Amino acid sequence: MITATAPAKTEVNYLNCEHGLKSWLLTGDHKRIAVMYLIVVTVFFFMGGLYAAGIRLELATPAGDLFDSNTYNKVFTMHGVLMIFFFLIPSIPATLGNFLIPLMVGAKDLAFPKINLLSLYIYAVGACFTLWALISGGVDTGWTFYTPFSSSYSNGYVITVGLGIFINGFSSILTGLNFIVTIHRMRSPGLKWFRLPLFVWAHYATSIIMILGTPVIAVTLFLLVLERGLHIGFFDPAYGGDPVLFQHMFWFYSHPAVYIMILPSMGVISEVISTFSSKKPFGYTFIAFSSVAIAVFGFLVWGHHLFVASQSTYAGLVFSILSYIVAIPSAIKVFNWTATMYNGRVRLTTPMLYALGFIGLFTIGGLTGLFLASMGLDVHLTDTYFVVAHFHYVMVGGAILGYLAGIHFWWPKMFGVMYPETPSKISAWLVFLGFNLTFFPQFILGYMGMPRRYHIYPPEFQVFNVLSSAGASILGIGFLLPAIYLTWSLKYGKPAGPNPWGSTTLEWQTASPPPPTNFDVTPVITKEAYDYSHEEVLDIG
Amino acid sequence: MDSTVETVIPAEAHHDSSAVRHHFSTAEQQKDSATIGMWTFLVTEIMFFGGLFLAYFVYRQAYPAAFASASSKTNLAIGAFNTTVLICSSLTMALGVYFASIGKKKLLILFLVLTLLAGGAFLGVKAFEYHDKWVHHEVPGAHFDCEGCADPGHASLFFALYFGMTGLHASHMIVGFVILVILIFQASKGRYTPEWYTPVEMFGLYWHFVDIVWIFLFPLLYLIDRTKERLF
Amino acid sequence: MEPRSFQLFPDAASSIAGQVDSLYAFFVLVSAFFSLLIAFLVIFFAYKFRFRPGIIPAGNTDDGHSVGGMILEIVWSVIPLGLSMIMFAWGASIYFTESRPPADSMEIFITGKRWMWKVQHMEGAREINELHVPMNRNIKLTMTSEDVIHDFSIPAFRTKADVLPGKYTTEWFQPTKPGAYHIFCAEYCGTKHSGMVGTVYVLNQQDYQDWLARGSGEGSMAEQGQALFNQLGCGNCHPSLVNNYNGRAPNLAGIYNNKVTLKDGTATRADEAYIRESVLFPQAKIVAGYDDIMPTFSGLISEEGMLKLIEYVKSLSPQVNSAESAPSKPVTDAAAEQKAGRNPVNPAGKK
Repeated sequence: MITATAPAKTEVNYLNCEHGLKSWLLTGDHKRIAVMYLIVVTVFFFMGGLYAAGIRLELATPAGDLFDSNTYNKVFTMHGVLMIFFFLIPSIPATLGNFLIPLMVGAKDLAFPKINLLSLYIYAVGACFTLWALISGGVDTGWTFYTPFSSSYSNGYVITVGLGIFINGFSSILTGLNFIVTIHRMRSPGLKWFRLPLFVWAHYATSIIMILGTPVIAVTLFLLVLERGLHIGFFDPAYGGDPVLFQHMFWFYSHPAVYIMILPSMGVISEVISTFSSKKPFGYTFIAFSSVAIAVFGFLVWGHHLFVASQSTYAGLVFSILSYIVAIPSAIKVFNWTATMYNGRVRLTTPMLYALGFIGLFTIGGLTGLFLASMGLDVHLTDTYFVVAHFHYVMVGGAILGYLAGIHFWWPKMFGVMYPETPSKISAWLVFLGFNLTFFPQFILGYMGMPRRYHIYPPEFQVFNVLSSAGASILGIGFLLPAIYLTWSLKYGKPAGPNPWGSTTLEWQTASPPPPTNFDVTPVITKEAYDYSHEEVLDIG
Repeated sequence: MDSTVETVIPAEAHHDSSAVRHHFSTAEQQKDSATIGMWTFLVTEIMFFGGLFLAYFVYRQAYPAAFASASSKTNLAIGAFNTTVLICSSLTMALGVYFASIGKKKLLILFLVLTLLAGGAFLGVKAFEYHDKWVHHEVPGAHFDCEGCADPGHASLFFALYFGMTGLHASHMIVGFVILVILIFQASKGRYTPEWYTPVEMFGLYWHFVDIVWIFLFPLLYLIDRTKERLF
Repeated sequence: MEPRSFQLFPDAASSIAGQVDSLYAFFVLVSAFFSLLIAFLVIFFAYKFRFRPGIIPAGNTDDGHSVGGMILEIVWSVIPLGLSMIMFAWGASIYFTESRPPADSMEIFITGKRWMWKVQHMEGAREINELHVPMNRNIKLTMTSEDVIHDFSIPAFRTKADVLPGKYTTEWFQPTKPGAYHIFCAEYCGTKHSGMVGTVYVLNQQDYQDWLARGSGEGSMAEQGQALFNQLGCGNCHPSLVNNYNGRAPNLAGIYNNKVTLKDGTATRADEAYIRESVLFPQAKIVAGYDDIMPTFSGLISEEGMLKLIEYVKSLSPQVNSAESAPSKPVTDAAAEQKAGRNPVNPAGKK
């Protein structure tokens, strides 16, 4: 019932209530913590992007002429490590999740604000270790750290990076823990589970994975560090160990980790598609349960990374069939999102463009995952560029497009200003087109047999590599532009009211930017989250 | 436009006690949140130790001779003593929580101190065991030379897991030790009342968990498969 | 291999390649269908149901909880599930074929080492980064690594398998088209991973025989294995075909691929992995009726040497699977040949 006619920025909000560095660095306010996370993950995204630029520049020619082999190996390793652990996994949960979950459940903050701040500092410490390793010379094991190369042969800073990721994992665990307790106990009166927005369901499922999976990568890296430091022999056959045990333990986390990366993005998509179709999500219950199903089944498929790694055929069969089953909930979601648009009132704003792009690219990414789940086909395709293309379709075409959709969608809420619509639409198209040009040729390269992590390749692979590198330059511009115009909008953007999009969820019922305690009065919920049946809601534009 | 929301309670109105943080609406909500939070944390710890248990089971199944002979090098009497001490410390901790709940400050402090002493005893004995292993060249690494171990190429795996698992457990105990000191200090200042003794109770959960992990470690590392000759 | 400037699809040069390509085509069709369907629907709905002020479509509040909605949910869950199961089963059946080398396969041994492939043919020929194979024969590769994990990948044959240290892995194929094809290392292994490449030459029968005849001059792998056996003094304890049988160690004649009963009562099979473990970690498994007295030869024998020893032990078994064109005759003297024929299949038990 907030009719904001005056710009919200002149009122007291979480940004202007206190000033000074200390008020930020010692804050308990989830919104300020979210903004600080936004800054650091963006920094790491661009660092990872610089390494990607290095990779694509090198791969434009068949010879290894830009980097020597050791340097190239470090470049792709750091690209993977920074992008996965320091960008993708925290991205949506730590920025949008932190900001929005208390708002969406009608609470004043997360359950444990100090632990939220601790989470940020733990991330920073992990990041420092990794940056130190980078500056000292980097690590060249691939982000997968397979033994015995990483434990006994690599000359890189494996222990330092291993420790950096180990520490960073606790940031993830604490975020997940905070979300679970908040969603269970901090919902405002009347907010039953099935009245929660799908963004919250998505983060609940993500948090389950974070708390169950991350400790396993922690202990795996702990053992790797011990092995490398003390030559103990957990994973090195020279000391009696088994290198495939490392792979099992590593992928037990790292497969569910990809669902940590995509589920929050799917949560964003549910919100964006619903808002910009002015319609409640089709099959809300199915989408909610699909999120949980993905989280559960996601823990049962890790062996599909080991089909050619000497895993037994029978184990492989089980993992293969489960990998198909885990794909079904994602398919259900894609169909439900599409059906949401039917009979809707569709507005092609920038977030909606990113969301529709997500649907297309995630569908291709998910379908190509099915190629890899098929054991007979995986023998040919594994360890080739087909896999690289597949995971970039889901991680960039899926997770990052969802992240950008969310950033644009909630930008007015977070900062009280609108982003400029024309540059943002241009960027969205550049990202979509640049992305496809970069990664579609890689499917072809993969079937032809081009292995991963090669910087010298036979000449018949060059044409598609050049296309891919050309696409990467367009994609890079597409990613750079938002950094520029979003920063510009902080000072020059048009002021935004509490609900510029005509959305129905709770966060839009308070000022933009929100006051420090989120709501002036604690909301009491009497209806489900998406109710577009009222005239006022539908008559925006 | 937002028909889902009705205004009812002004946000700052309720405080059940001064110990309720501002973002909670009732003390009960705060306590529940702490409890769910601690249990969730303990689940993550199960997964953390779980990786080591997995490695143990995989290697034990692959190299039974090595594991049987290496596990006979652990000192059963010392291990049993440590197990008893730790179980007793769980008892003293549980009693501490009970006395906190009924407001008996002196007894709370007494039992926290007893728990601390038991924990300290456990850690001291562990340090002695580690030293003993070092002296007998049973620490994996450059100086490993286990005398009388069958299949020495794989026996070092048992010792690696021994140190890894008990070391991780010991580090959890050290953290617990530090927190106990803080709790004792706070308790002596009268911070814990029957209305609010949540930190004591939550720490109790943590301490019991650490105890339970040991109860799994002890049979796996000290009891099973040991050949009959060695008790000392 | 003639350098090519452009290629869209790899050569199909093995018996399984066609099957893999058919499965791939099925996947591409299904994926293209669903991708295009979703893309079309999304674009069509964005146009047809675009926002127009004042116009609210009928059925705007449909949230999928109607009967029609439930039917849709079921349909679009069941159809993908059904298609998935077809994909799974088809892929699994190809994998079953790929994981079971035929019994008549000719064996070739690969040792991967940073950053080269060392190939040993049973007849004694050796190659580095090249693999000559005859067309239309089943060929089984037994592989191990001397250092880190590698992967022996031949895209034209649609096959690859990881090559592990401390373990033997296998892959098999039947080449069907003469020519030269890429070999790639497909598991990241360090600095020169991109350079750990080679070429497989598929020759017709006659050309292959000619190539083999050029040989290495050192004798077959089994013969070289026997030389190693003598050099390392294995015969001092293990009877095989020599006369100084003294009961200290199990008789190796006839043990390959047969059951061995161990001291703790369990049984195992004397395959390549068992033989390798027995030489390097002799205390891991003690044969019933013998004592734990075998010293380790860890560090005294290379992976290639180990493969030769294993070939020698295999040659002591009458039922070794051998290729007709590459006879792996047991290394002999006349008395030994007699003894090989008469020894019991299970050598466990002292005299």
